[in-house]
Amino acid sequence: MIQFSNYDIISNLLFATQWTILLSLAAFIGGTSVALLLTAMRLTRNPAMQTVVRIYVELFQGTPLLMQMFLCFFGLSMLGYEISAWSAAILSLTCFTSAFLVEIWRGCIDTLPKGQWEACRCLGLSFLQTLRHIILPQAIRVATAPTVGFSVQVIKGTALASVIGFVELTKVGTMLNNATFEPFKVFTLVALIYFALCYPLSLYSKHLEKKFNVSR
Amino acid sequence: MLYFSDLLQYSDTFLSGLRTTVELTVLTTILGVALGTTCAAIRQYGNTVSQRVVASYVELIRNTPFIVQLFFIFFGLPAIGMKLSPWEASIIALTINLGAYSTEIIRAGLGSISKGQVEAAKVLGLTFRQTLFRIIFIPAFEKIYPALVSQCIIVMLGSAVISQISVADLTYAANLVQSRNFRAFESYLVTALLYLGLSIILRFVLDAIGKRLFAYRAIK
Amino acid sequence: MSLVNLHQVHKYYGDLHVLKGIDLDIKAGEVVSIIGKSGSGKSTLLRCINGLEEYQQGGITVDGNEVTTEDIQVRRLALSVGMIFQNFNLFPHMTVGENIMLAPTIVLKKSKAEAEEIARAMLLKVGLEEKFDSYPEKLSGGQQQRVAIARALAMSPKVLLCDEITSALDPELVGEVLKVLEQLAKEGMTLVLVTHEMNFARDVGSKVVFMHQGKVWEEGDSKTLLSDPQTDELKQFIGAVL
Repeated sequence: MIQFSNYDIISNLLFATQWTILLSLAAFIGGTSVALLLTAMRLTRNPAMQTVVRIYVELFQGTPLLMQMFLCFFGLSMLGYEISAWSAAILSLTCFTSAFLVEIWRGCIDTLPKGQWEACRCLGLSFLQTLRHIILPQAIRVATAPTVGFSVQVIKGTALASVIGFVELTKVGTMLNNATFEPFKVFTLVALIYFALCYPLSLYSKHLEKKFNVSR
Repeated sequence: MLYFSDLLQYSDTFLSGLRTTVELTVLTTILGVALGTTCAAIRQYGNTVSQRVVASYVELIRNTPFIVQLFFIFFGLPAIGMKLSPWEASIIALTINLGAYSTEIIRAGLGSISKGQVEAAKVLGLTFRQTLFRIIFIPAFEKIYPALVSQCIIVMLGSAVISQISVADLTYAANLVQSRNFRAFESYLVTALLYLGLSIILRFVLDAIGKRLFAYRAIK
Repeated sequence: MSLVNLHQVHKYYGDLHVLKGIDLDIKAGEVVSIIGKSGSGKSTLLRCINGLEEYQQGGITVDGNEVTTEDIQVRRLALSVGMIFQNFNLFPHMTVGENIMLAPTIVLKKSKAEAEEIARAMLLKVGLEEKFDSYPEKLSGGQQQRVAIARALAMSPKVLLCDEITSALDPELVGEVLKVLEQLAKEGMTLVLVTHEMNFARDVGSKVVFMHQGKVWEEGDSKTLLSDPQTDELKQFIGAVL
């Protein structure tokens, strides 16, 4: 059996952390893009589109992320769509992230007074112009803090990719545990690394929220 | 092609998994909210040291993944002498997790109660305990109840992870069935829908409890 | 030649019949004050004129063009109808100058320099030329409302609709806004106001429309109507507000 020194354990974990970060970034970018699209659909005031968005949100907020990953990974490949663990993880995390962000952003847009829309209509701005010049700039200011806050949930969500075999921080943690039989040490380190990734974002989100409340 | 009929013979497996998930959810929702309420009260009214301890607990849990918390409790704690069954480990992990999130939520509710309420109770001669239970809790909970309900549902859905330490919950059942009949898509789809149903029912039940709890509103 | 014409306009909110056959004719240069109790439908009427609210029967034309809530129609309408709101609705993330320049640049496609020139001229008109670079939140309510007027004027509308534009202001700030309106009236701007300012309606206005229970109850020359009301309802109303 190979012996693992503390140095080996830590360097292996840190190497795996890169994949956690990469997966988080991909999921966050994918999630915000899809959420933007869904938000636009919702804002069109077209009942059919709004229903689609509502069902999407209900579906992905109402089922476990783990189940979404299983469906993407095992389910799709059984249906004949070969998909890697990496792609399945990104796909399911994108759906999960966007379903939550679209709801968070809806709350932010709803806090803007209705008069802003009306003033734009009376000035002759089109729907897209109103969105671009008036609604988005204000909504982004309100939405930044909760969006940064949610990125913590995305990072934590990537840990589930270990279950479908994607080798990231948690997966390497379980592998090292099986090799070293030092679960207490290994999982403490894994938790600390996640904490080091997430806590600064949590703090930053709180800071943004405070800054925004003061400036109002 | 999809063959949902292949799942029928496994309905007992699904049902027993569903029962496990429901039992765990009921138990940990109660325990978690109780823990959260206690910690929130400490965070709001306790002394500096206890406030710090609670704050560290909350931040530690909120900034690490549930699956890592679960592995730490199930695999890590026995290594230092605390042996736990999968069922026990799951209950502890879920309770601690919900406890941390609900602490933050409930504390926001406590913070929204005006000082005047507490002072009025004091002037009337109520003890701190009486003030807390009779004056503060109900309106504080009313304020944050929707957020608390959403968090309970998130934790229920998160419980899918305990299948990984072989607790025979709904997800475990899904894995078992698909390993037998190789109908992964159908099996996981049905399970996902069962979870969806569970989250709708849980929201419905908790909302109903909320209506009872905050019934004094209706009298007005 | 009528600028705004309403013919038998009916409006329902669900089962609620809010406008019950409104006929109204407004000529260029007139200053029309719409008065009445809250709930009499006066704000709704104003909002129908610029397409913010749908109406179910009848017809409204502005400058010969039919008014509907169709997006494209509302936008065409915006070129001839300006609107000022009770709570200003300035854009908080833009400076005063940017607020005014926005529509001229992106709707009328004017150059930045041209729009800035217009904006400065309009600010001068409302007496706030030094506030070009301020943000709305730094201004008093009266100043914000004057900026809102400048913003509407920058689109050179043919008629300006004012929806209780002094109601959200502290009493001492009402005067500065009314003075701007008076100046506009003198310059020949067509104004339609929903207002509680009876003195303004009598002294500056050319015509008063009294609304009651969703109908035009009484209308006529402002001075005669207010000094010699014909119906009991208007007598009561005047008695209550004066």
